[in-house]
Amino acid sequence: MPLLFYHIRPEAIPKTRYLMGELAADKHVKYIISIEKKKDNFESVVMEHLRMNGAYWGLTTLDLLGKLDAMMEVLFVGGFAGNIGHDPHILYTLSAVQVLALFDKLDVLDIDKVSNYISGLQNEDGSFSGDIWGEVDTRFSYIAVCCLSILHRLDKVDVDNAVNYIVSCKNLDGGFGCTPGGESHAGQIFCCVGALAITGALHHVDKDLLGWWLCERQVKSGGLNGRPEKLPDVCYSWWVLSSLIMIDRVHWISKEKLVKYILGCQDLENGGISDRPDDAVDIFHTYFGVAGLSLLEYPGLKAIDPAYALPDDVVKRIFFAHRHCRSDLSLARRRLLLKLAVVFCN
Amino acid sequence: MESDEGERLPMSRRPEWSDVTPLPQDDGPDPVVLIDYKQDFTETMDYFRAVYRANERSPRALSLTQEAIRFNPGNYTVWHFRRQILESLDADLHEELDFVECIAKSNSKNYQIWHHRRWVAGKLGTDAAIMELEFTKKILSLDAKNYHAWSHRQWVLQALGGWEDELDFCRKLLKEDIFNNSAWNQRYFVVTRSPFLGGLIGMRDSEVSYTVEAIMANSENESPWRYLRGLYKDDIQSWVNDPKVSSVCLKVLSMKSNFVFALSMLLDLLCHGFRPSEEFREAIGGLRTSDSEPLDSDLGKAICHVLQHVDSMRANYWMWRKSKLPVAV
Repeated sequence: MPLLFYHIRPEAIPKTRYLMGELAADKHVKYIISIEKKKDNFESVVMEHLRMNGAYWGLTTLDLLGKLDAMMEVLFVGGFAGNIGHDPHILYTLSAVQVLALFDKLDVLDIDKVSNYISGLQNEDGSFSGDIWGEVDTRFSYIAVCCLSILHRLDKVDVDNAVNYIVSCKNLDGGFGCTPGGESHAGQIFCCVGALAITGALHHVDKDLLGWWLCERQVKSGGLNGRPEKLPDVCYSWWVLSSLIMIDRVHWISKEKLVKYILGCQDLENGGISDRPDDAVDIFHTYFGVAGLSLLEYPGLKAIDPAYALPDDVVKRIFFAHRHCRSDLSLARRRLLLKLAVVFCN
Repeated sequence: MESDEGERLPMSRRPEWSDVTPLPQDDGPDPVVLIDYKQDFTETMDYFRAVYRANERSPRALSLTQEAIRFNPGNYTVWHFRRQILESLDADLHEELDFVECIAKSNSKNYQIWHHRRWVAGKLGTDAAIMELEFTKKILSLDAKNYHAWSHRQWVLQALGGWEDELDFCRKLLKEDIFNNSAWNQRYFVVTRSPFLGGLIGMRDSEVSYTVEAIMANSENESPWRYLRGLYKDDIQSWVNDPKVSSVCLKVLSMKSNFVFALSMLLDLLCHGFRPSEEFREAIGGLRTSDSEPLDSDLGKAICHVLQHVDSMRANYWMWRKSKLPVAV
């Protein structure tokens, strides 16, 4: 089965010394390239099934740092398993579609085939399964909606029903869980709010109640946790922040303290970002740290779209290059207006 | 079937596998990015690919999936094939539960394991309910907030039953850690969905008392405050008028520490028409620091003012609340 291959251009990366409280951008680029290049120390066995997700995390981070074009070129694409010889799963489908979108290569896809695969995973109650074995989770609702929207094929599924299922997972605190009655969790909240944003159904969110729950996630150190009484973790800089932005409530937290927290989780020597200060870095947290800083408008980073988790320019390219698709175009317009509104609020 | 990694015999030297030609990973025409896997893992996966392609649903294939899962419990395909083999062989699913438990102990946050467990339990039907509740209890004793375990537990209750002791289970976990939000969530799940308890309205009195007690013991605990609000879902009037709600706010305020959630709830009550007595005004007056301005005659504004200072990280939120206050009563 063909997969994505990308080539890393062997360019010298400038050596710079960084101070505390500053984004060590070049070090992070170097770190990402080193692990994308030789996967032998990339917890290769355990992470083997996540190769496609790893590509998305690494490449999106490079793009946010403004280094994607300089460092990479796509050689070959196709296929949607987590790795060669693995079955297709909706988790990897999204990562593959996102990576192709990054490289403006969506045209290599058999879009009908991919969208049929995804729409075939929708259940009667509107939920989505992750694969043919039927594991149901609001994560898959997000992935399905996000993928189909990027491919301009949202009409392939019952969107109203998909929205109804997500709404049935809303809790007393305004948050969302993985299934109806499941505990609110910032990661699941991102998925539900993201899917509702993409489908133009954010009116189902109790924005003030959820906004308060989300901003209660900021702890004394400035970092964010994902549930009450849990430790802060850099990955929630993405899940919580993006949700707050989508519901226009991001100014309710202390941005300065959060920036400081994320910067404090960098490895200033070798690059990369960890979950908490002084822990080991990994590609997952490096992506979430840089993406979080991008949402916080940290200087020098490209802007990232909070719903699609892709750089803004990529999202614009997806929606404005396809003028024949009216519903998606109007969605993109709505999102732009939303963004202007956020700017004025702040 | 157990394989000890230290003494692992390469598959190429096992007589029972001599008829199989391992199938190496095809990395495509020009593998720029090669993962340098461990040799044992590579060999196991090469044999796995061979039996998977041949669709060989045999006992040896079943034991091969077990080895592959031990190397990487995150591989969807291996689990997927294992289920097909289990079905074809009509295997003993109780044994399968033991295997899953063994893997789950060291990988309790792996999605595939939980999904597989659910498939097996679903096949076994209602007989598995008690076993599954025991299993999740074990996992929760290691990590009382394990999201997968709670999710599985909710599925078991709804699909297989076993609701009878669930409220008691929540009570025990909350006794161990009253800050455990997962257990509070489960408590709400039981109260609202158990076929035996009479729902929110039937349970409200006893639940409010329980929650008030939890708040009085730790008023900085976010979970019971949200739970208390949830007990009056779709019945705002009862929430505003129930003296148990306003009085717990007042009691916490008079303790003069850890009162953010009490003030926040009082603010919500005011916004929904609660008429505060003079006692409330005095309690809020008592929270001011000596150098602050005189107490605002609008109690809502006074509360926001205090919160802006004591919860400065969220000052913007409280300022926004102030701007949204209804006209003073």
